[in-house]
Amino acid sequence: MAEAAAVTGAASPTGGTARRLLANPRVVLGGAVLVFFALAALFAPLIAPHDPVEQDLLLQYVPPAWSDKAEAGYLFGTDNLGRDILSRLIYGARVALFVAVAAAAAAGLLGTALGLLAGYLGGWVDTVISRLVEIWMAFPAVLLSIVLVAVMGTGLHSVIIAIAVIDWTRFCRVVRAETMAQKQQDYVASAVTVGLGRMRILWREILPNVLPLLIVLFTLEMGIAVIVEAILSYVNLSLASDFPTWGGMISDGRKYVNQAPWLMILPILCVIALVLALNALGDGLKDALDPVMRR
Amino acid sequence: MTATPPAVGPTLSVRDLHLAIAGRRRDTPILRGVSLDIAPGEVHGLVGESGAGKTMIGKAVLGIQPSRARIAAGSVLFDGRDITHLPERERRRLMGRGMGLIPQDPMTSLNPAHRIGAQIADVLRLHLGLDRAAAGARTLELLNEVHIRAPERVVRQYPHELSGGMRQRVSIAIAFACRPKLIVADEPTTALDVTVQRQVLALIKRMQAQEDASILFVTHDLGVVAKICDRVTVLHGGRVLETGATRRIVEAPGHDYTRALIAATPRHDRPGGLLRPVPEALTARLDAEALAYDAARGSHG
Ligand SMILES: Nc1ncnc2c1ncn2[C@@H]1O[C@H](COP(=O)(O)OP(=O)(O)O)[C@@H](O)[C@H]1O
Ligand SMILES: [Mg+2]
Repeated sequence: MAEAAAVTGAASPTGGTARRLLANPRVVLGGAVLVFFALAALFAPLIAPHDPVEQDLLLQYVPPAWSDKAEAGYLFGTDNLGRDILSRLIYGARVALFVAVAAAAAAGLLGTALGLLAGYLGGWVDTVISRLVEIWMAFPAVLLSIVLVAVMGTGLHSVIIAIAVIDWTRFCRVVRAETMAQKQQDYVASAVTVGLGRMRILWREILPNVLPLLIVLFTLEMGIAVIVEAILSYVNLSLASDFPTWGGMISDGRKYVNQAPWLMILPILCVIALVLALNALGDGLKDALDPVMRR
Repeated sequence: MTATPPAVGPTLSVRDLHLAIAGRRRDTPILRGVSLDIAPGEVHGLVGESGAGKTMIGKAVLGIQPSRARIAAGSVLFDGRDITHLPERERRRLMGRGMGLIPQDPMTSLNPAHRIGAQIADVLRLHLGLDRAAAGARTLELLNEVHIRAPERVVRQYPHELSGGMRQRVSIAIAFACRPKLIVADEPTTALDVTVQRQVLALIKRMQAQEDASILFVTHDLGVVAKICDRVTVLHGGRVLETGATRRIVEAPGHDYTRALIAATPRHDRPGGLLRPVPEALTARLDAEALAYDAARGSHG
Protein backbone atom coordinates (compact mmCIF):
# COMPACT_ATOMS: atom_id res chain seq x y z
CA MET A 1 0.00 0.00 0.00
CA ALA A 2 0.99 3.60 -0.39
CA GLU A 3 0.17 4.15 3.30
CA ALA A 4 3.59 3.50 4.72
CA ALA A 5 5.20 5.82 2.23
CA ALA A 6 2.61 8.51 2.83
CA VAL A 7 3.17 8.43 6.57
CA THR A 8 6.90 8.85 6.44
CA GLY A 9 6.74 11.29 3.57
CA ALA A 10 4.09 13.63 4.88
CA ALA A 11 4.56 13.62 8.58
CA SER A 12 8.23 13.08 8.81
CA PRO A 13 10.54 15.87 7.93
CA THR A 14 13.40 13.72 9.14
CA GLY A 15 14.28 10.14 9.84
CA GLY A 16 13.09 10.74 13.41
CA THR A 17 9.46 10.00 12.68
CA ALA A 18 10.29 6.97 10.56
CA ARG A 19 12.37 5.57 13.39
CA ARG A 20 9.61 6.22 15.91
CA LEU A 21 7.10 4.47 13.66
CA LEU A 22 9.32 1.42 13.31
CA ALA A 23 9.83 1.30 17.07
CA ASN A 24 6.08 1.02 17.63
CA PRO A 25 5.04 -2.67 17.68
CA ARG A 26 1.42 -1.92 16.76
CA VAL A 27 2.50 0.03 13.71
CA VAL A 28 4.89 -2.70 12.62
CA LEU A 29 2.51 -5.59 13.28
CA GLY A 30 -0.60 -3.90 11.90
CA GLY A 31 1.38 -2.62 8.95
CA ALA A 32 2.79 -6.07 8.20
CA VAL A 33 -0.66 -7.70 8.18
CA LEU A 34 -2.02 -4.88 6.02
CA VAL A 35 0.86 -5.23 3.57
CA PHE A 36 0.27 -8.98 3.47
CA PHE A 37 -3.39 -8.54 2.50
CA ALA A 38 -2.54 -5.68 0.15
CA LEU A 39 -0.01 -7.78 -1.75
CA ALA A 40 -2.50 -10.64 -1.99
CA ALA A 41 -5.14 -8.23 -3.33
CA LEU A 42 -2.77 -6.54 -5.75
CA PHE A 43 -1.36 -9.74 -7.24
CA ALA A 44 -4.49 -11.88 -6.91
CA PRO A 45 -4.42 -13.18 -10.52
CA LEU A 46 -0.81 -14.29 -10.06
CA ILE A 47 -1.19 -15.78 -6.60
CA ALA A 48 -4.61 -17.45 -6.67
CA PRO A 49 -4.16 -21.13 -7.51
CA HIS A 50 -7.61 -21.40 -9.11
CA ASP A 51 -10.25 -19.30 -10.80
CA PRO A 52 -12.32 -18.00 -7.85
CA VAL A 53 -15.66 -18.45 -9.63
CA GLU A 54 -14.95 -21.72 -11.42
CA GLN A 55 -17.20 -24.49 -10.13
CA ASP A 56 -16.23 -28.14 -9.98
CA LEU A 57 -19.15 -30.24 -8.83
CA LEU A 58 -16.93 -33.29 -8.45
CA LEU A 59 -14.89 -31.48 -5.81
CA GLN A 60 -17.55 -30.15 -3.40
CA TYR A 61 -16.83 -29.67 0.30
CA VAL A 62 -13.15 -30.55 0.13
CA PRO A 63 -11.86 -29.84 3.66
CA PRO A 64 -8.73 -27.74 4.33
CA ALA A 65 -5.24 -29.18 4.01
CA TRP A 66 -4.90 -30.06 7.72
CA SER A 67 -7.80 -32.55 7.50
CA ASP A 68 -7.10 -36.15 6.38
CA LYS A 69 -9.71 -35.95 3.59
CA ALA A 70 -7.92 -33.00 1.98
CA GLU A 71 -7.14 -32.75 -1.73
CA ALA A 72 -3.77 -31.63 -3.03
CA GLY A 73 -3.90 -28.12 -4.51
CA TYR A 74 -6.79 -26.93 -2.31
CA LEU A 75 -5.08 -25.47 0.76
CA PHE A 76 -8.27 -24.16 2.36
CA GLY A 77 -10.58 -26.64 0.67
CA THR A 78 -13.61 -25.95 -1.56
CA ASP A 79 -17.17 -24.78 -1.02
CA ASN A 80 -20.59 -26.23 -1.83
CA LEU A 81 -20.02 -25.58 -5.55
CA GLY A 82 -16.47 -26.88 -5.58
CA ARG A 83 -14.89 -23.41 -5.79
CA ASP A 84 -11.39 -22.98 -4.29
CA ILE A 85 -11.68 -21.17 -0.94
CA LEU A 86 -8.13 -19.79 -0.93
CA SER A 87 -8.62 -18.20 -4.34
CA ARG A 88 -11.93 -16.75 -3.26
CA LEU A 89 -10.36 -15.31 -0.09
CA ILE A 90 -7.58 -13.73 -2.13
CA TYR A 91 -10.01 -12.11 -4.54
CA GLY A 92 -12.19 -11.17 -1.58
CA ALA A 93 -9.22 -9.23 -0.16
CA ARG A 94 -9.25 -7.25 -3.38
CA VAL A 95 -12.85 -6.16 -2.88
CA ALA A 96 -12.37 -5.51 0.83
CA LEU A 97 -9.31 -3.32 0.38
CA PHE A 98 -10.59 -1.52 -2.68
CA VAL A 99 -13.76 -0.59 -0.84
CA ALA A 100 -11.76 0.33 2.28
CA VAL A 101 -9.43 2.69 0.43
CA ALA A 102 -12.07 4.22 -1.82
CA ALA A 103 -14.65 4.69 0.94
CA ALA A 104 -12.12 6.08 3.44
CA ALA A 105 -10.81 8.44 0.77
CA ALA A 106 -14.28 9.66 -0.16
CA ALA A 107 -15.40 10.06 3.46
CA GLY A 108 -12.05 11.67 4.29
CA LEU A 109 -12.20 14.16 1.43
CA LEU A 110 -15.71 15.30 2.23
CA GLY A 111 -15.28 15.34 6.01
CA THR A 112 -11.88 17.00 5.91
CA ALA A 113 -12.97 19.77 3.57
CA LEU A 114 -16.00 20.58 5.71
CA GLY A 115 -14.06 20.17 8.99
CA LEU A 116 -11.32 22.53 7.82
CA LEU A 117 -13.83 25.16 6.74
CA ALA A 118 -15.89 24.89 9.93
CA GLY A 119 -12.85 25.00 12.21
CA TYR A 120 -11.10 27.80 10.37
CA LEU A 121 -13.92 30.11 9.35
CA GLY A 122 -16.04 29.64 12.49
CA GLY A 123 -19.18 31.78 12.63
CA TRP A 124 -22.23 30.73 10.66
CA VAL A 125 -20.23 28.32 8.47
CA ASP A 126 -19.24 26.43 11.61
CA THR A 127 -22.77 26.56 12.97
CA VAL A 128 -24.27 25.13 9.80
CA ILE A 129 -21.69 22.38 9.38
CA SER A 130 -21.71 21.40 13.06
CA ARG A 131 -25.49 21.22 13.14
CA LEU A 132 -25.44 19.06 10.00
CA VAL A 133 -22.98 16.69 11.67
CA GLU A 134 -25.19 16.42 14.75
CA ILE A 135 -28.28 15.62 12.71
CA TRP A 136 -26.33 13.13 10.61
CA MET A 137 -25.01 11.32 13.63
CA ALA A 138 -28.49 10.88 15.06
CA PHE A 139 -29.19 8.21 12.40
CA PRO A 140 -28.10 4.65 13.17
CA ALA A 141 -25.21 4.05 10.76
CA VAL A 142 -25.70 0.45 9.66
CA LEU A 143 -29.41 0.89 9.08
CA LEU A 144 -28.77 4.03 7.09
CA SER A 145 -26.18 2.30 4.91
CA ILE A 146 -28.57 -0.56 4.14
CA VAL A 147 -31.31 1.89 3.20
CA LEU A 148 -28.90 3.89 1.05
CA VAL A 149 -27.66 0.88 -0.87
CA ALA A 150 -31.18 -0.43 -1.26
CA VAL A 151 -32.12 2.91 -2.83
CA MET A 152 -29.02 3.28 -5.01
CA GLY A 153 -28.99 -0.35 -6.07
CA THR A 154 -26.42 -2.99 -5.18
CA GLY A 155 -22.84 -2.83 -6.37
CA LEU A 156 -19.47 -1.67 -5.13
CA HIS A 157 -20.01 1.96 -6.02
CA SER A 158 -23.15 2.06 -3.88
CA VAL A 159 -21.28 0.51 -0.98
CA ILE A 160 -18.49 3.07 -1.28
CA ILE A 161 -20.89 6.00 -1.56
CA ALA A 162 -22.97 4.71 1.36
CA ILE A 163 -19.91 4.48 3.63
CA ALA A 164 -18.68 7.93 2.58
CA VAL A 165 -22.07 9.54 3.03
CA ILE A 166 -22.36 8.10 6.52
CA ASP A 167 -18.82 8.39 7.83
CA TRP A 168 -17.68 11.80 6.62
CA THR A 169 -18.84 13.05 10.04
CA ARG A 170 -16.02 11.18 11.78
CA PHE A 171 -13.46 13.13 9.78
CA CYS A 172 -15.40 16.35 10.02
CA ARG A 173 -15.61 16.41 13.81
CA VAL A 174 -11.98 15.56 14.48
CA VAL A 175 -10.59 17.78 11.72
CA ARG A 176 -12.73 20.69 12.87
CA ALA A 177 -11.40 20.44 16.42
CA GLU A 178 -7.81 20.08 15.25
CA THR A 179 -8.16 23.02 12.84
CA MET A 180 -9.48 25.20 15.64
CA ALA A 181 -6.46 24.25 17.73
CA GLN A 182 -4.04 24.87 14.86
CA LYS A 183 -5.64 28.23 14.14
CA GLN A 184 -4.55 29.44 17.58
CA GLN A 185 -0.93 28.54 16.87
CA ASP A 186 1.58 31.34 16.45
CA TYR A 187 2.59 30.19 12.99
CA VAL A 188 -0.87 31.11 11.74
CA ALA A 189 -0.58 34.64 13.14
CA SER A 190 2.85 34.84 11.50
CA ALA A 191 1.33 33.75 8.19
CA VAL A 192 -1.22 36.56 8.48
CA THR A 193 1.48 39.12 9.20
CA VAL A 194 3.37 38.24 6.02
CA GLY A 195 0.18 38.81 4.02
CA LEU A 196 -0.92 35.29 3.12
CA GLY A 197 -4.61 35.01 2.24
CA ARG A 198 -7.12 33.13 4.36
CA MET A 199 -7.67 30.20 2.02
CA ARG A 200 -3.98 29.95 1.33
CA ILE A 201 -3.35 29.77 5.07
CA LEU A 202 -6.01 27.10 5.48
CA TRP A 203 -4.89 24.80 2.67
CA ARG A 204 -1.17 25.38 2.62
CA GLU A 205 -0.29 26.25 6.21
CA ILE A 206 -2.84 24.49 8.41
CA LEU A 207 -3.74 21.42 6.35
CA PRO A 208 -0.16 20.04 6.31
CA ASN A 209 -0.22 20.17 10.09
CA VAL A 210 -3.52 18.27 10.22
CA LEU A 211 -2.17 15.59 7.89
CA PRO A 212 -0.70 13.26 10.52
CA LEU A 213 -4.11 13.14 12.17
CA LEU A 214 -5.76 12.47 8.82
CA ILE A 215 -3.52 9.49 8.22
CA VAL A 216 -4.64 8.04 11.55
CA LEU A 217 -8.31 8.66 10.79
CA PHE A 218 -7.95 7.22 7.32
CA THR A 219 -6.48 3.99 8.66
CA LEU A 220 -9.22 3.59 11.28
CA GLU A 221 -11.87 4.38 8.68
CA MET A 222 -10.51 1.65 6.42
CA GLY A 223 -11.17 -0.80 9.23
CA ILE A 224 -14.74 0.41 9.57
CA ALA A 225 -15.26 0.20 5.81
CA VAL A 226 -14.07 -3.42 5.77
CA ILE A 227 -16.70 -4.32 8.36
CA VAL A 228 -19.49 -2.38 6.63
CA GLU A 229 -18.64 -3.94 3.27
CA ALA A 230 -18.70 -7.39 4.90
CA ILE A 231 -22.09 -6.65 6.44
CA LEU A 232 -23.52 -5.36 3.18
CA SER A 233 -22.28 -8.30 1.16
CA TYR A 234 -23.53 -10.60 3.93
CA VAL A 235 -27.02 -9.26 3.34
CA ASN A 236 -26.39 -9.43 -0.42
CA LEU A 237 -26.32 -5.69 -0.98
CA SER A 238 -22.79 -5.57 -2.32
CA LEU A 239 -21.55 -7.56 -5.33
CA ALA A 240 -23.40 -10.36 -7.12
CA SER A 241 -23.00 -13.45 -4.99
CA ASP A 242 -20.85 -15.54 -7.30
CA PHE A 243 -18.14 -12.89 -7.20
CA PRO A 244 -16.09 -13.53 -4.05
CA THR A 245 -16.52 -11.13 -1.19
CA TRP A 246 -15.72 -12.07 2.40
CA GLY A 247 -19.18 -11.10 3.59
CA GLY A 248 -20.80 -13.09 0.79
CA MET A 249 -18.67 -16.10 1.67
CA ILE A 250 -19.68 -15.84 5.32
CA SER A 251 -23.32 -15.61 4.29
CA ASP A 252 -23.06 -18.64 1.93
CA GLY A 253 -21.02 -20.62 4.44
CA ARG A 254 -23.61 -20.12 7.14
CA LYS A 255 -25.95 -22.50 5.29
CA TYR A 256 -23.40 -25.31 5.42
CA VAL A 257 -21.95 -24.59 8.82
CA ASN A 258 -22.58 -28.15 10.04
CA GLN A 259 -21.08 -30.00 7.08
CA ALA A 260 -18.28 -27.56 6.27
CA PRO A 261 -17.62 -25.03 9.06
CA TRP A 262 -14.44 -23.77 7.35
CA LEU A 263 -16.60 -22.13 4.66
CA MET A 264 -17.73 -19.61 7.26
CA ILE A 265 -14.80 -19.56 9.66
CA LEU A 266 -12.06 -18.72 7.16
CA PRO A 267 -13.60 -15.52 5.74
CA ILE A 268 -14.54 -14.44 9.28
CA LEU A 269 -10.91 -14.84 10.29
CA CYS A 270 -9.85 -12.73 7.31
CA VAL A 271 -12.23 -9.92 8.26
CA ILE A 272 -11.08 -10.04 11.88
CA ALA A 273 -7.38 -10.11 10.96
CA LEU A 274 -7.62 -7.18 8.57
CA VAL A 275 -9.80 -5.07 10.87
CA LEU A 276 -7.60 -5.72 13.90
CA ALA A 277 -4.53 -4.89 11.83
CA LEU A 278 -6.03 -1.60 10.65
CA ASN A 279 -7.08 -0.65 14.18
CA ALA A 280 -3.68 -1.51 15.60
CA LEU A 281 -1.99 0.44 12.84
CA GLY A 282 -4.27 3.43 13.38
CA ASP A 283 -3.77 3.46 17.15
CA GLY A 284 -0.04 2.93 16.77
CA LEU A 285 0.22 5.76 14.26
CA LYS A 286 -1.68 8.00 16.66
CA ASP A 287 0.89 7.37 19.38
CA ALA A 288 3.86 7.53 17.08
CA LEU A 289 2.74 10.69 15.30
CA ASP A 290 1.54 12.46 18.42
CA PRO A 291 4.85 14.17 19.13
CA VAL A 292 4.80 15.34 15.52
CA MET A 293 1.36 16.86 15.97
CA ARG A 294 2.29 18.53 19.22
CA ARG A 295 5.59 19.81 17.88
CA MET B 1 9.05 67.04 20.12
CA THR B 2 11.38 64.94 18.01
CA ALA B 3 14.10 66.23 15.76
CA THR B 4 12.35 65.00 12.61
CA PRO B 5 11.62 67.73 10.07
CA PRO B 6 7.91 68.60 10.10
CA ALA B 7 7.43 67.54 6.47
CA VAL B 8 7.93 63.87 7.38
CA GLY B 9 5.01 62.52 9.37
CA PRO B 10 5.30 59.54 11.68
CA THR B 11 5.41 56.07 10.17
CA LEU B 12 3.06 54.82 12.84
CA SER B 13 0.64 56.87 14.83
CA VAL B 14 -1.64 55.28 17.40
CA ARG B 15 -4.34 57.77 18.42
CA ASP B 16 -6.31 57.38 21.65
CA LEU B 17 -6.83 53.67 21.05
CA HIS B 18 -9.50 51.97 23.15
CA LEU B 19 -9.75 48.22 22.86
CA ALA B 20 -11.96 45.89 24.87
CA ILE B 21 -12.55 42.14 24.92
CA ALA B 22 -16.21 41.39 24.39
CA GLY B 23 -17.64 39.33 27.22
CA ARG B 24 -20.97 37.67 27.92
CA ARG B 25 -22.19 40.36 30.30
CA ARG B 26 -19.89 43.27 29.56
CA ASP B 27 -16.69 44.17 27.76
CA THR B 28 -13.34 44.08 29.56
CA PRO B 29 -11.24 47.13 28.75
CA ILE B 30 -7.68 46.21 27.73
CA LEU B 31 -6.36 49.41 26.14
CA ARG B 32 -7.50 52.71 27.64
CA GLY B 33 -6.71 55.49 25.24
CA VAL B 34 -3.24 54.58 24.05
CA SER B 35 -1.39 57.14 21.93
CA LEU B 36 2.10 56.87 20.51
CA ASP B 37 4.03 58.05 17.45
CA ILE B 38 6.94 56.35 15.76
CA ALA B 39 9.03 58.39 13.33
CA PRO B 40 10.67 56.86 10.25
CA GLY B 41 13.76 54.92 11.29
CA GLU B 42 12.90 55.13 14.97
CA VAL B 43 13.11 52.24 17.39
CA HIS B 44 10.32 52.78 19.85
CA GLY B 45 10.26 50.78 23.07
CA LEU B 46 6.99 49.75 24.66
CA VAL B 47 7.61 48.72 28.26
CA GLY B 48 5.47 47.60 31.13
CA GLU B 49 4.84 44.56 33.25
CA SER B 50 3.13 41.44 32.03
CA GLY B 51 -0.54 42.10 31.29
CA ALA B 52 -0.06 45.80 30.60
CA GLY B 53 -1.40 45.37 27.06
CA LYS B 54 1.86 45.61 25.12
CA THR B 55 1.19 42.60 22.96
CA MET B 56 -2.36 43.77 22.32
CA ILE B 57 -1.09 47.10 20.98
CA GLY B 58 1.25 45.27 18.64
CA LYS B 59 -1.57 43.03 17.48
CA ALA B 60 -3.96 45.93 16.95
CA VAL B 61 -1.32 47.69 14.86
CA LEU B 62 -0.91 44.58 12.72
CA GLY B 63 -4.65 43.90 12.68
CA ILE B 64 -4.30 40.46 14.26
CA GLN B 65 -6.11 41.16 17.52
CA PRO B 66 -8.33 38.31 18.75
CA SER B 67 -11.77 38.14 17.15
CA ARG B 68 -13.43 39.02 20.46
CA ALA B 69 -11.39 42.22 20.71
CA ARG B 70 -13.35 45.34 19.80
CA ILE B 71 -11.74 48.64 18.97
CA ALA B 72 -14.21 50.96 20.70
CA ALA B 73 -12.52 54.23 19.83
CA GLY B 74 -9.32 55.71 18.47
CA SER B 75 -7.31 54.86 15.41
CA VAL B 76 -4.09 53.45 14.01
CA LEU B 77 -2.45 55.50 11.27
CA PHE B 78 0.24 54.02 9.07
CA ASP B 79 2.09 56.55 6.96
CA GLY B 80 -0.78 58.92 7.61
CA ARG B 81 -3.39 56.44 6.41
CA ASP B 82 -6.07 55.19 8.77
CA ILE B 83 -5.72 51.40 8.90
CA THR B 84 -7.83 50.78 12.01
CA HIS B 85 -10.61 48.98 10.21
CA LEU B 86 -8.91 48.03 6.97
CA PRO B 87 -10.68 45.32 4.93
CA GLU B 88 -8.80 42.02 4.87
CA ARG B 89 -7.75 42.25 1.25
CA GLU B 90 -6.15 45.68 1.68
CA ARG B 91 -4.49 44.74 4.91
CA ARG B 92 -2.95 41.74 3.23
CA ARG B 93 -1.35 44.06 0.72
CA LEU B 94 0.07 46.11 3.57
CA MET B 95 1.60 43.12 5.32
CA GLY B 96 5.09 42.05 4.40
CA ARG B 97 5.90 45.12 2.35
CA GLY B 98 4.45 47.70 4.72
CA MET B 99 4.78 46.03 8.09
CA GLY B 100 6.13 42.83 9.53
CA LEU B 101 6.33 40.95 12.79
CA ILE B 102 9.20 39.48 14.74
CA PRO B 103 7.31 37.15 17.05
CA GLN B 104 7.98 36.37 20.67
CA ASP B 105 8.44 32.63 20.56
CA PRO B 106 10.60 31.33 17.74
CA MET B 107 9.68 27.78 18.76
CA THR B 108 6.07 28.14 17.66
CA SER B 109 6.01 30.96 15.14
CA LEU B 110 7.44 29.07 12.18
CA ASN B 111 5.28 26.49 10.44
CA PRO B 112 6.45 23.06 11.63
CA ALA B 113 5.35 21.42 8.38
CA HIS B 114 7.41 23.48 5.94
CA ARG B 115 11.10 23.77 5.23
CA ILE B 116 12.86 26.99 6.24
CA GLY B 117 13.71 27.87 2.65
CA ALA B 118 10.11 27.60 1.49
CA GLN B 119 8.83 29.74 4.35
CA ILE B 120 11.10 32.60 3.33
CA ALA B 121 10.82 32.12 -0.42
CA ASP B 122 6.99 32.05 -0.28
CA VAL B 123 6.97 35.57 1.14
CA LEU B 124 9.39 36.83 -1.49
CA ARG B 125 7.37 35.31 -4.31
CA LEU B 126 4.10 36.64 -2.94
CA HIS B 127 5.15 40.26 -2.49
CA LEU B 128 8.08 40.82 -4.80
CA GLY B 129 6.86 38.61 -7.63
CA LEU B 130 10.16 36.74 -7.77
CA ASP B 131 10.27 33.44 -9.63
CA ARG B 132 11.35 30.26 -7.89
CA ALA B 133 15.03 30.60 -8.74
CA ALA B 134 15.28 34.27 -7.82
CA ALA B 135 13.40 33.71 -4.58
CA GLY B 136 15.72 30.83 -3.72
CA ALA B 137 18.79 32.95 -4.36
CA ARG B 138 17.43 35.86 -2.34
CA THR B 139 16.54 33.47 0.49
CA LEU B 140 20.17 32.40 0.75
CA GLU B 141 21.25 36.07 0.76
CA LEU B 142 18.79 36.88 3.53
CA LEU B 143 19.97 33.96 5.64
CA ASN B 144 23.52 35.20 5.14
CA GLU B 145 22.51 38.66 6.26
CA VAL B 146 21.07 37.32 9.50
CA HIS B 147 24.32 35.39 10.05
CA ILE B 148 23.09 31.88 9.58
CA ARG B 149 25.95 29.61 8.74
CA ALA B 150 25.59 27.06 5.93
CA PRO B 151 22.33 28.55 4.58
CA GLU B 152 22.30 25.98 1.75
CA ARG B 153 21.75 23.32 4.39
CA VAL B 154 19.37 25.35 6.57
CA VAL B 155 16.92 26.06 3.74
CA ARG B 156 16.27 22.33 3.49
CA GLN B 157 15.73 21.90 7.23
CA TYR B 158 12.51 22.03 9.21
CA PRO B 159 12.06 24.43 12.15
CA HIS B 160 12.37 21.75 14.81
CA GLU B 161 15.85 20.96 13.54
CA LEU B 162 17.08 24.45 14.45
CA SER B 163 17.95 26.00 17.80
CA GLY B 164 15.83 28.83 19.24
CA GLY B 165 18.39 31.44 18.28
CA MET B 166 18.60 30.14 14.72
CA ARG B 167 14.83 30.15 14.39
CA GLN B 168 14.63 33.71 15.64
CA ARG B 169 17.20 34.68 13.01
CA VAL B 170 14.95 33.05 10.42
CA SER B 171 11.96 35.02 11.76
CA ILE B 172 14.00 38.20 11.50
CA ALA B 173 14.92 37.33 7.92
CA ILE B 174 11.23 36.82 7.11
CA ALA B 175 10.22 40.09 8.82
CA PHE B 176 12.80 42.09 6.86
CA ALA B 177 12.44 40.09 3.62
CA CYS B 178 10.24 42.61 1.81
CA ARG B 179 11.82 45.71 3.39
CA PRO B 180 8.82 46.87 5.41
CA LYS B 181 8.68 50.37 6.85
CA LEU B 182 7.55 49.15 10.25
CA ILE B 183 8.31 46.06 12.25
CA VAL B 184 6.53 45.01 15.40
CA ALA B 185 8.95 43.03 17.56
CA ASP B 186 7.11 41.40 20.46
CA GLU B 187 9.64 40.43 23.13
CA PRO B 188 11.84 38.99 20.40
CA THR B 189 14.59 37.91 22.79
CA THR B 190 12.63 36.88 25.87
CA ALA B 191 12.46 33.20 24.95
CA LEU B 192 16.20 32.98 24.23
CA ASP B 193 19.32 32.19 26.28
CA VAL B 194 21.13 35.23 27.63
CA THR B 195 24.12 34.97 25.29
CA VAL B 196 21.91 34.40 22.28
CA GLN B 197 19.71 37.30 23.41
CA ARG B 198 22.55 39.78 23.00
CA GLN B 199 23.41 38.52 19.51
CA VAL B 200 19.81 38.60 18.32
CA LEU B 201 19.35 42.10 19.72
CA ALA B 202 22.45 43.29 17.88
CA LEU B 203 21.16 41.65 14.72
CA ILE B 204 17.79 43.39 14.93
CA LYS B 205 19.52 46.72 15.50
CA ARG B 206 21.86 46.17 12.54
CA MET B 207 19.05 45.11 10.17
CA GLN B 208 16.95 48.05 11.32
CA ALA B 209 19.76 50.52 10.66
CA GLN B 210 20.56 48.93 7.31
CA GLU B 211 16.96 49.08 6.13
CA ASP B 212 16.11 52.29 7.99
CA ALA B 213 12.94 50.61 9.27
CA SER B 214 10.91 51.75 12.25
CA ILE B 215 10.41 49.27 15.05
CA LEU B 216 7.76 49.02 17.73
CA PHE B 217 9.85 47.12 20.23
CA VAL B 218 7.74 45.43 22.90
CA THR B 219 9.58 44.34 26.00
CA HIS B 220 9.25 44.14 29.76
CA ASP B 221 13.01 44.66 30.10
CA LEU B 222 14.23 48.24 30.49
CA GLY B 223 17.80 46.98 30.12
CA VAL B 224 16.99 45.94 26.57
CA VAL B 225 15.23 49.23 25.94
CA ALA B 226 18.32 51.18 26.98
CA LYS B 227 20.38 49.24 24.44
CA ILE B 228 18.21 49.50 21.37
CA CYS B 229 15.44 52.09 21.63
CA ASP B 230 15.44 55.77 20.65
CA ARG B 231 12.24 56.52 22.48
CA VAL B 232 10.13 54.71 25.05
CA THR B 233 6.50 54.50 26.03
CA VAL B 234 5.69 53.20 29.50
CA LEU B 235 2.45 51.28 29.75
CA HIS B 236 0.41 50.05 32.69
CA GLY B 237 -3.14 48.71 32.71
CA GLY B 238 -3.55 49.67 29.07
CA ARG B 239 -2.70 53.32 29.81
CA VAL B 240 0.35 55.27 28.68
CA LEU B 241 2.06 56.66 31.78
CA GLU B 242 4.78 58.52 29.96
CA THR B 243 6.65 58.79 26.67
CA GLY B 244 10.04 60.25 25.93
CA ALA B 245 13.56 59.83 24.65
CA THR B 246 15.15 56.72 26.16
CA ARG B 247 17.95 58.69 27.78
CA ARG B 248 15.53 61.07 29.47
CA ILE B 249 13.22 58.29 30.65
CA VAL B 250 16.06 56.24 32.12
CA GLU B 251 17.94 59.14 33.71
CA ALA B 252 15.04 61.32 34.77
CA PRO B 253 11.86 59.24 34.88
CA GLY B 254 8.76 61.39 35.05
CA HIS B 255 6.47 58.83 36.67
CA ASP B 256 6.71 56.86 39.91
CA TYR B 257 5.95 53.68 38.02
CA THR B 258 8.83 54.24 35.59
CA ARG B 259 11.11 54.81 38.56
CA ALA B 260 9.86 51.58 40.12
CA LEU B 261 10.43 49.69 36.87
CA ILE B 262 13.99 50.99 36.69
CA ALA B 263 14.62 49.90 40.26
CA ALA B 264 13.31 46.46 39.34
CA THR B 265 15.65 46.07 36.35
CA PRO B 266 19.01 44.28 36.70
CA ARG B 267 21.88 46.59 35.71
CA HIS B 268 25.04 45.53 34.00
CA ASP B 269 27.04 48.37 35.54
CA ARG B 270 25.92 47.31 39.01
CA PRO B 271 25.78 43.53 38.95
CA GLY B 272 24.47 42.05 42.16
CA GLY B 273 22.82 45.35 43.00
CA LEU B 274 19.63 45.19 45.01
CA LEU B 275 16.51 44.74 42.90
CA ARG B 276 13.24 46.03 44.26
CA PRO B 277 9.99 44.71 42.89
CA VAL B 278 7.39 47.29 41.91
CA PRO B 279 5.65 48.21 45.20
CA GLU B 280 2.19 46.77 45.59
CA ALA B 281 0.81 50.07 46.83
CA LEU B 282 1.84 51.72 43.57
CA THR B 283 0.30 48.99 41.43
CA ALA B 284 -2.90 49.20 43.47
CA ARG B 285 -3.02 52.96 42.99
CA LEU B 286 -2.57 52.60 39.22
CA ASP B 287 -5.25 49.91 39.03
CA ALA B 288 -7.63 52.20 40.93
CA GLU B 289 -6.84 54.99 38.46
CA ALA B 290 -7.61 52.67 35.56
CA LEU B 291 -10.97 51.74 37.09
CA ALA B 292 -11.75 55.40 37.71
CA TYR B 293 -10.89 56.06 34.07
CA ASP B 294 -13.32 53.33 32.95
CA ALA B 295 -16.04 54.73 35.18
CA ALA B 296 -15.52 58.26 33.85
CA ARG B 297 -15.63 57.00 30.27
CA GLY B 298 -18.68 54.89 30.97
CA SER B 299 -20.60 57.86 32.40
CA HIS B 300 -19.84 59.86 29.27
CA GLY B 301 -21.32 57.09 27.14
N1 LIG C 1 -7.21 36.58 23.47
C1 LIG C 1 -7.49 37.23 24.61
N2 LIG C 1 -8.71 37.12 25.18
C2 LIG C 1 -9.00 37.75 26.32
N3 LIG C 1 -8.14 38.53 26.99
C3 LIG C 1 -6.90 38.70 26.48
C4 LIG C 1 -6.50 38.05 25.28
N4 LIG C 1 -5.23 38.39 25.03
C5 LIG C 1 -4.85 39.19 26.03
N5 LIG C 1 -5.84 39.39 26.90
C6 LIG C 1 -5.79 40.24 28.10
O1 LIG C 1 -5.33 41.50 27.71
C7 LIG C 1 -4.47 42.05 28.69
C8 LIG C 1 -3.18 42.47 28.04
O2 LIG C 1 -2.52 41.35 27.54
P1 LIG C 1 -1.17 41.46 26.72
O3 LIG C 1 -1.32 42.47 25.66
O4 LIG C 1 -0.79 40.11 26.30
O5 LIG C 1 -0.15 41.99 27.83
P2 LIG C 1 1.44 42.07 27.76
O6 LIG C 1 1.87 41.73 26.40
O7 LIG C 1 1.75 43.47 28.14
O8 LIG C 1 1.94 41.12 28.79
C9 LIG C 1 -4.28 40.96 29.73
O9 LIG C 1 -5.09 41.30 30.84
C10 LIG C 1 -4.78 39.72 29.09
O10 LIG C 1 -5.39 38.90 30.04
MG1 LIG D 1 3.12 40.15 25.74
